[in-house]
Amino acid sequence: MNKLLIFAVLFISYVSYSSWVYTKGTNRASEMTPNQQLGKQLYQEYNCQSCHQIFGLGGYLGPELTTVISDKTRGELYAKTIMENGAIRMPNFHFSPDKISAILDYLKYVDANAFSYKKNDGNEIKK
Amino acid sequence: MHFLTKKMMEMKLKNNSIGSWFIVIAISSLFIGLIFGALGGIQYIFPNFLKENLSFQKMRPLHVYLVINWIFCAAAGAIYIYIPDVTGKKLFSNTLAKIHVALQLIIVVIVVTGFFFGVFGGREYFEFPPYVILLIIAAWILFMINFFTTVKPSFNNVPVYIWSWSTGLIFFLITVTEAQLWLLPFFNNNIIRDVTVQWKAMGSMVGSWNMLVYGTAMFVIEKATGDTTINRTPKAFFFYFLGLTNLMFNWGHHTYIVPSSELVKTISYAISMTELLILANIIYSFRKTYLKTNPHKHFLSFRILTYAEVWILLNLTLSLVISVPAINLYTHGTHITVAHAMGATIGINTMLLLASFAFIADDITVDGKFFNRNFNWGFMTLNISLLVFWLSLVGMGICKIAATQQKNGFYEIMDKLLPYFKVFTVSGAFVVVGLLMVVIPYFKLFVRSLFAKKEI
Repeated sequence: MNKLLIFAVLFISYVSYSSWVYTKGTNRASEMTPNQQLGKQLYQEYNCQSCHQIFGLGGYLGPELTTVISDKTRGELYAKTIMENGAIRMPNFHFSPDKISAILDYLKYVDANAFSYKKNDGNEIKK
Repeated sequence: MHFLTKKMMEMKLKNNSIGSWFIVIAISSLFIGLIFGALGGIQYIFPNFLKENLSFQKMRPLHVYLVINWIFCAAAGAIYIYIPDVTGKKLFSNTLAKIHVALQLIIVVIVVTGFFFGVFGGREYFEFPPYVILLIIAAWILFMINFFTTVKPSFNNVPVYIWSWSTGLIFFLITVTEAQLWLLPFFNNNIIRDVTVQWKAMGSMVGSWNMLVYGTAMFVIEKATGDTTINRTPKAFFFYFLGLTNLMFNWGHHTYIVPSSELVKTISYAISMTELLILANIIYSFRKTYLKTNPHKHFLSFRILTYAEVWILLNLTLSLVISVPAINLYTHGTHITVAHAMGATIGINTMLLLASFAFIADDITVDGKFFNRNFNWGFMTLNISLLVFWLSLVGMGICKIAATQQKNGFYEIMDKLLPYFKVFTVSGAFVVVGLLMVVIPYFKLFVRSLFAKKEI
């Protein structure tokens, strides 16, 4: 069979699939508020994902953060304290209170949309 | 000079040193990237080590960027060197190729300097600011123009490695652009969409560099065996298209834990990780052909490819295991994923690139004594220590799963993992030593080839 034809069929399938992934395949999450967007921006600027994971993306030197807020052994206060003071492996980044508030807001947003994690943990699905 | 031969001079004139420049940049990136990797390993054991000045927040992106740069530059260098052999003509534009080299150097300097000063874009694997992507895309387009204009492939008649290189070039451009979709609010403000698309872009991007690297391996196999039909058979193309299907659709096995549509997971699981199986089959076929034809010529390339085959089988087994959703539920977020990444990048990609270097070196050295005892020691050190390194990562993952099931907290888990961290760091240091013993002779060779005309 014509190799170019096979390539074309695969490529069209890829483009169609990508379009679906960009829209209906990923439309489950709620939209971020401006403060949550700021928190996400800070999370990236400080390269937090170098040590922490969200939905599997990131390094392993620090704890996973997808459900840090709803985790009964950690929670918002735990996250706030670490951000204020640093930890054994985490330097103190001297975040301002506004920055800490924005990052916490972003982590709350992530947690609220972590439906699959809640299901696996046997907890109630929030949405 | 031992290395400088008439043949080498001819190679230099024929290829205008562009390939050598890329290989020199690649090996330099590898060398520095390995150092940062080793230092990062020490930070797992001694948390205060360089914590304030060069924390893991900087160390990891330095390591990851530089080793990825190693793979891309080494593959690009090999392709630049092979193009005249494939086409029988000179490169379309040396000027474009020189600009490509210059841009590549500028990008490395900007990214590495930025990381040292804490300038981040903060995206997994692409941790530099997004404007750097414009330079990367510009450099890549120059590479594509040179490749396609020189090769002018008539796609129904060319060998499979031309398809492989073409696909790698095109899909890197697509995926590197796709990875920037987060700059649009439609993607950025929806975490599930953002994470899914990021995994999608990165998963397929790995497929794109695999296409470049596998293409060079296929080229070496054809030249080493002298069998020009091996890369034109229906079987070779069947596996190529299966690999392409994997590149396009198998990325979803990274997203089992992301609450995107179930269909994404079903599709990726169905397609699964057959990409490594594809190459294993090709190399297996190569070995059979090779043994029948010429067992002495390009012996080193053959030897390195055989080790790559072992790594493919090890990594394939691990890939298949962690692609099963019920198992992935536990292995996700553990160092088993890192073991898979390290097995693929060092065990497979790096071995294939080294086989490619060995093939090029065979053509530019005369007496075959280029590879001395140090090289052999280095190669064995690399493989044995990589195996220990790989097993320590798998062990780390299993230990973390067990500790998580016992509801241990993060710091408790890290304490339990400490013995594994020690093995991982020490074996990682030996991987660095072994790899350097192997690549330094190549580094010297390619540096000398750059100045061959002057010295002769």
